[in-house]
Amino acid sequence: MSAADQHQRPIREELRQDEQLETTAIAVEKPKIIELQDVWLAFDHPVLCGVDLHVHEGETLLILGESGSGKSTILKIILRLLLPDRGTVRVFGQEITGLSFEEVLRIRRRIGMVFQSSALFDSLTIYENVAYPVRENTDLDEYEIERIVREKLLFVDLDPDQVMDQLPAELSGGMRKRVGIARAIANNPEVVLYDEPTAGLDPLAVDTIIRLIRKLQSELGVTSVLVTHDLRSGFRVASRVNLLRDGRMVFDGTPEDMVASEDPYIQAYLSLS
Amino acid sequence: MHTAFATLAERSRGAAAGVYEYFSLAARATRALFSRPFYGRDILIQLDRIGVASLPIMAFTGLVTGLVLALQSEDELERFGALNYMGNIVGASMVREIGPVMGSLAFAGRVASGIAAELGSMRVTEQIDALQSFGTDPIKKLVKPRLLAGIIMLPALTILMDLIGILGGMLMALGDEGVPADVFLRGARTAFGLGGVLAGFMPRDFVMGLLKPAVFGGAITLTGSYYGLHATGGADAVGRATTRAVVVSSMLIFGLDYFLTQLLMVLLYNQQI
Repeated sequence: MSAADQHQRPIREELRQDEQLETTAIAVEKPKIIELQDVWLAFDHPVLCGVDLHVHEGETLLILGESGSGKSTILKIILRLLLPDRGTVRVFGQEITGLSFEEVLRIRRRIGMVFQSSALFDSLTIYENVAYPVRENTDLDEYEIERIVREKLLFVDLDPDQVMDQLPAELSGGMRKRVGIARAIANNPEVVLYDEPTAGLDPLAVDTIIRLIRKLQSELGVTSVLVTHDLRSGFRVASRVNLLRDGRMVFDGTPEDMVASEDPYIQAYLSLS
Repeated sequence: MHTAFATLAERSRGAAAGVYEYFSLAARATRALFSRPFYGRDILIQLDRIGVASLPIMAFTGLVTGLVLALQSEDELERFGALNYMGNIVGASMVREIGPVMGSLAFAGRVASGIAAELGSMRVTEQIDALQSFGTDPIKKLVKPRLLAGIIMLPALTILMDLIGILGGMLMALGDEGVPADVFLRGARTAFGLGGVLAGFMPRDFVMGLLKPAVFGGAITLTGSYYGLHATGGADAVGRATTRAVVVSSMLIFGLDYFLTQLLMVLLYNQQI
């Protein structure tokens, strides 16, 4: 038995035990709500070279790839924080590359994003951070905003009375990530994008974040796109996996398909991850 | 040789693109001044942070400038027996030229660096991406309040600085040469009126001394915002953005001072260029 096989064995076993995969078949029958076709983007060097990707309503897509392969760039293109040089990007059935700024804002309001660095506003309290998207996009009164903030903080297993008045710098990395999730779902988005949600966290904090992502899937039915290096955590939540290599998608299938793949690059990727 | 030309061409293209982006930001920020949402709370915060908090450095700069002006002019005036005209010299110099330019330089050192560091660190920690993901236009939320605060507060601070400068000059004249305070102040007041008045009550010199800082205040806050928003990378990028913001703001103050003086000479004093 090769070293790669030895390393992959636990992943296969974990997959068999993971009830999350049961959602895969349901998800793929639903309509595509995000679709990238032949997307190209270069900065100083080519980053995306004809990427094709789609996400069905209700599914959780895991995007894997080496560092600098353009995984986070794809999330920014979906939010139209970046414009591709070429290609089509359809979100909720609308081609977003040609939309006006106001039209893009309407699309963004239906998407929540959890950033790698949490990206909490460091001059605002936790309450103000979670309230921000609600204030920005609704005319709700302060009483209703506080109710939403408390509800979202409780959803991510944080005690509102304990954290609401604190600044982000006063929280641990794991707690900041949880506040980031609470803020991302404050407006009840249909889609949540996660950029390395478990990066830099200890194993217990990683487990908490993964449980939260699954809770969002099961209780709120949100569609998720997850970018991570953390293969094990990613496989615990993903219903489908895309692998990015040299600016192109080289794999599209279930986590089980990926583990079973004979492709030498995929085998090497799995064994070293 | 070929490589040197290629590098030069590349840098020229980069500089041209930078100038284009700067003016694009200026145009978008100016449009944003008149469009919703207005973010009143952010404007008040910036009026305080940019304006009120700059009071000590502006007062100190004014006081020292007034003292030095009086000190430098006393020998020459004494030689011609014209010490009683010291108020005219200090008053005219402070209001017309030295107050606006010296005050703006001190203001640029504090404000342009502060804005570039704040927005730069927001950029590299993805806080600006987060704002955009919630449907917020960073130009309206971040640049507009700072631009408005610069345009409003620098002229106000300049008036105060002029007064403190004249007071400093008066103290020097009184203490060093025994020029009576009322003689000094009468001379300073006369100097205000030398350029004539607008609308029957507004000294032209005073109007010029207010229009210049309003433009400088806009240029300084815009430059800080531009370099902050365009910071890429980590802490070193924020450091570079901060340094460039101060250097470019200072150069802009001198360049704009020349062109504004020419323009205002024609508009306010009907002088031919």
